[in-house]
Amino acid sequence: MSEKLLMKGNEALAEAAIRAGCKLFFGYPITPQTELAEYMAKQLPKRDGMCLQAESEVSAINMIYGAAATGSRCITSTSSPGVSLMSEGISYIIGSDLPCVLVNVQRGGPGLGGIQPAQSDYNQAIRGLGHGDQHVIVLAPNSVQEMASLTGEAFDLADIYRMPCMILADGALGQMMEPVDFGAHTPREIPAKTWATNGHKNARKHNVVNSLYIAPEELEQTVLDRFERYAEIEEKEVKYDTYLTEDADIVVVAYGITARIAKTAVRMAREQGIKAGLFRPITLWPFPSGELKALSATASAFLSVEMNMGQMLGDVKLAIDCAKPVSHFGRTGGMIPTPDEILVHIKKAVGGDN
Amino acid sequence: MAGILLAGFGGQGILFAGKQLIVAGMKNGKEVSWLPSYGPEMRGGTCNCSVNIDDEPIGSPLVTTPDILLAMNKPSYDKFVSKVAAGGTVVYDSSLVTPDEIRADIKSCGVPATKLANENGFPKLANCIMLGKLMKETGLFDGDYFRESLRAASPKAKPELGEMNAKAFAIGYEYED
Repeated sequence: MSEKLLMKGNEALAEAAIRAGCKLFFGYPITPQTELAEYMAKQLPKRDGMCLQAESEVSAINMIYGAAATGSRCITSTSSPGVSLMSEGISYIIGSDLPCVLVNVQRGGPGLGGIQPAQSDYNQAIRGLGHGDQHVIVLAPNSVQEMASLTGEAFDLADIYRMPCMILADGALGQMMEPVDFGAHTPREIPAKTWATNGHKNARKHNVVNSLYIAPEELEQTVLDRFERYAEIEEKEVKYDTYLTEDADIVVVAYGITARIAKTAVRMAREQGIKAGLFRPITLWPFPSGELKALSATASAFLSVEMNMGQMLGDVKLAIDCAKPVSHFGRTGGMIPTPDEILVHIKKAVGGDN
Repeated sequence: MAGILLAGFGGQGILFAGKQLIVAGMKNGKEVSWLPSYGPEMRGGTCNCSVNIDDEPIGSPLVTTPDILLAMNKPSYDKFVSKVAAGGTVVYDSSLVTPDEIRADIKSCGVPATKLANENGFPKLANCIMLGKLMKETGLFDGDYFRESLRAASPKAKPELGEMNAKAFAIGYEYED
């Protein structure tokens, strides 16, 4: 194993991106992800790359659109309000089938909200990153280590499936420091980028990048083709983690930083004789529905825990076809739940008090 | 093993002190995390950081009931001393904090870190003096081991900084009321 370094999550993500061959960063500073842009500004010029601070998130995402069209690995990072501004550009990138990595280090919302950690952009990331029939692969790291290793994976997934991949983190993961090993991600095989609009000295027919299709038959076909790819991703790329779920009566479902806190609560519940387990989706889209459904055969209840008002709750219910009661516990607005609070709700859920 | 909360004014080296704890913990094979308070903090404003050092993977990086509180000013002492877990330890800078109330169920240790730092000609190193007292009173790490870890934390080009940190640490470690 390679040497472990102590880094903030934001810095670890940036370093992992550079190590994955990312040469281009475009972004606009916003708390709590600014260390990421700062790291890129310091490092990329020294490492054969370029970091550019745009005048707004709208510009940054359109710079990503252009950079992605050349086939270069590129990344932008922002926090919640910034993602809303990027929405139009993200949809164009999806419509043009271009790979890139988007980072949302979430803070409390809506509006300017606050600057403390939140997970209240779940619905936006899963369902509404851009207009139109679309999906984006969404990865939810739960440690500084995963901020790094899932970034390498995000670039690979984006390139393999020609679509944006989002890292959905939060302020705590961005700001906290933990040991990180950059050797943890094994790069995957990437198909040749025959679609890229780069220089070719007239060696081939020129490529066109476009998301405008006036004829509805033609547009429908592009969407259908894309959804075939989405089906392949749903089949092959689901990632999740489990802890003590085999014999669990109550399965806590949580992702990101909340999953770690829930894990402590599960351990506390076990010490008190409650058969609790933890299911942690790592890919939020594609959601690990099948794996969760399998647990509904043995578990008697599910508890969805998030730093929001219950945005994943519906996905858990859908995954298990409402076969068992599903409750929600969350803190929002920048508040981080404590293990004790989660334990109270685990007890409620096993008590049948829904 | 321990959840530690370090708190004081911005500029006192709270975040640095917290980082030295996780550096020592990581080198010692422990699981560690460090989470700063972030936002509109500035020099002179309040500042704190949560540190976890454990044998098990860390759950919440946020320390809400610390086993150890390191308080470098009165507002921080007042805000957090009630949160310390029973049987825990509070180490405070007695040149800046005069406790209104001493809890009987926790160990309270004062060290005039700011005064000692000024007297010894390194006014910015009260944080390292505090770490010395913390290590002596809690036994979190062996004193010699931590002092050497602290010494090694300075940039290679400026070994004299590491020397001063180690010296300040020793003053705190050896301080007796």
